[in-house]
Amino acid sequence: MIELQGVHKSYQVKGVAIPALAGVDMKVHSGEIFGIIGHSGAGKSTLIRIINLLERPTSGRVLVGGVDLLTLDDEALRQFRQGVGMIFQHFNLLGSKTVGENVAFPMKIVGKLDKAAIDRRVDELLQLVGLQAHKDKYPRQLSGGEKQRVGIARALANRPAVLLCDEATSALDPQTTRSILQLLREINETLQLTIVLITHEMDVIRTVCDRVAVIDSGRIVEEGPVTRVFLHPQHRTTQRFVQETESLSVEETRLAGMDRVRKTVHRLTFLQDTVHRPLLSQTAREHGVDFSILSGRFGQIKSTVCGQVTVAFEGEPTHVQAALTGLVAEGVTVEECLA
Amino acid sequence: MNEILSSFFSNVAWWDIVWASLDTLAMLGGSLTLTLLLGLPLGIGLFLVSPKQLLSSPKTYAALSFAVNVLRSLPFVILLIAMIPVTVALTGTSLGVAGSIPSLVVAGTPFFGRLVESALREIDHGIIEASLAMGANTRQIVFGALLFEALPGILAAATVTAIALVSYTALAGVVGGGGLGDLAIRYGYQRFQLDVMFITVVLLLLIVQALQSAGQRLVLHFSR
Repeated sequence: MIELQGVHKSYQVKGVAIPALAGVDMKVHSGEIFGIIGHSGAGKSTLIRIINLLERPTSGRVLVGGVDLLTLDDEALRQFRQGVGMIFQHFNLLGSKTVGENVAFPMKIVGKLDKAAIDRRVDELLQLVGLQAHKDKYPRQLSGGEKQRVGIARALANRPAVLLCDEATSALDPQTTRSILQLLREINETLQLTIVLITHEMDVIRTVCDRVAVIDSGRIVEEGPVTRVFLHPQHRTTQRFVQETESLSVEETRLAGMDRVRKTVHRLTFLQDTVHRPLLSQTAREHGVDFSILSGRFGQIKSTVCGQVTVAFEGEPTHVQAALTGLVAEGVTVEECLA
Repeated sequence: MNEILSSFFSNVAWWDIVWASLDTLAMLGGSLTLTLLLGLPLGIGLFLVSPKQLLSSPKTYAALSFAVNVLRSLPFVILLIAMIPVTVALTGTSLGVAGSIPSLVVAGTPFFGRLVESALREIDHGIIEASLAMGANTRQIVFGALLFEALPGILAAATVTAIALVSYTALAGVVGGGGLGDLAIRYGYQRFQLDVMFITVVLLLLIVQALQSAGQRLVLHFSR
């Protein structure tokens, strides 16, 4: 659906080239919600603007729906953009126009619908985002969450196949963020819309994304399904992002004081139905080993229930090994922990 | 009461005042209309070709900007005199209402154009970015979004321009432009008739006040 190949982008500042993207390869599949996470300055704003060519790459290829965007002339590029929705951190609504007029604006740009048809579509879109009652209000009269809903309605006006979200929830409070993310999930499912979002919050990724790319200093350092990246982060930047979402992070300090000769420490990951089964106590009883839980976290990644506990086993090494093999056979992911 | 008034204003020829006021309003109306019509496109043009904007063109911007600065740095009295041949060519006379309008427009247009440019610059760049992302072309961005967003700023600019033009019309009196300024200079200044001076000042003040409050109302009405 969307493919970036070897994308470089640098900005000229006083004659010096400052690199923003240093060779990005990325694929977004049709119908998925793809998240890009990174700290400010990592290059994520540039990256999302490359997808609709608001920023032109210095080198590399940008393919959307099989079309190489860099080969399009101005008119063809405008037509392409009319089929891609975009929402923004600061909403970027027209303050001089009503909610209804804001939503109608992209349809007027395309110029294919008559007034009555545009008006019907506006009503339909406001219904979708739950703002029917606010059609004749001005953006200034709305809350942040409502403004972003107007932004979403406007972005969907021309029935795009792709929606780009530029830090869409970063200016919103946590509760409003949840409701906007919920809305994004709904439209992803009901409209079969491909969504690419950028954020600096791991919680946003965890709540809505199917796959995620972690960007650092203009490079993608880790990419994959959210469950894998979230539960088994490899790169240090990713690990830090994951830790930020933990309410308690005691693992390392407790591991440091352990007697490593008699005990072995493992991280066990449970997904879906394995979360609900008493696997740990069953296995311990069967193989005659003891265990203590050092830390743990349970929750949901998009719609996948998951749990992860760090456990110290005590007992005969062969018994502990057998217990671990038994857990793996039940579908638990076992990783040895390094203190 | 009437007697006191007429003795205090003994020099005032009231019909002259009426005609002079009408002349001033005619000069203002004519020059303001033309200034707005020419200055708005000039301001939009200045904004669009300025660095990092939609039609960014450093050379065009430098040239336009220079022309605007030249016209704006010329004192209006000098401009009036320098414009006489042009005015005669355009209107057939350098006197009266018609003779003063070309100079007023040449002075007002760059002034208003600059103010329009800065009103457009006040708009959040996110508005342009969002419009570009929707696939809008430059015309659609300017006429569908920017002018609406900048309307309060443009109306405030028009108000300031109108008031500047009122004081220019008074100056135009010097070279025979007519109107209240002409009256103030010929009777009030040259013949020491302070009552005439007083009346013209009051009338000019009333015109400025009326323009200012009308402008403010419009700005308020269009501020969302």
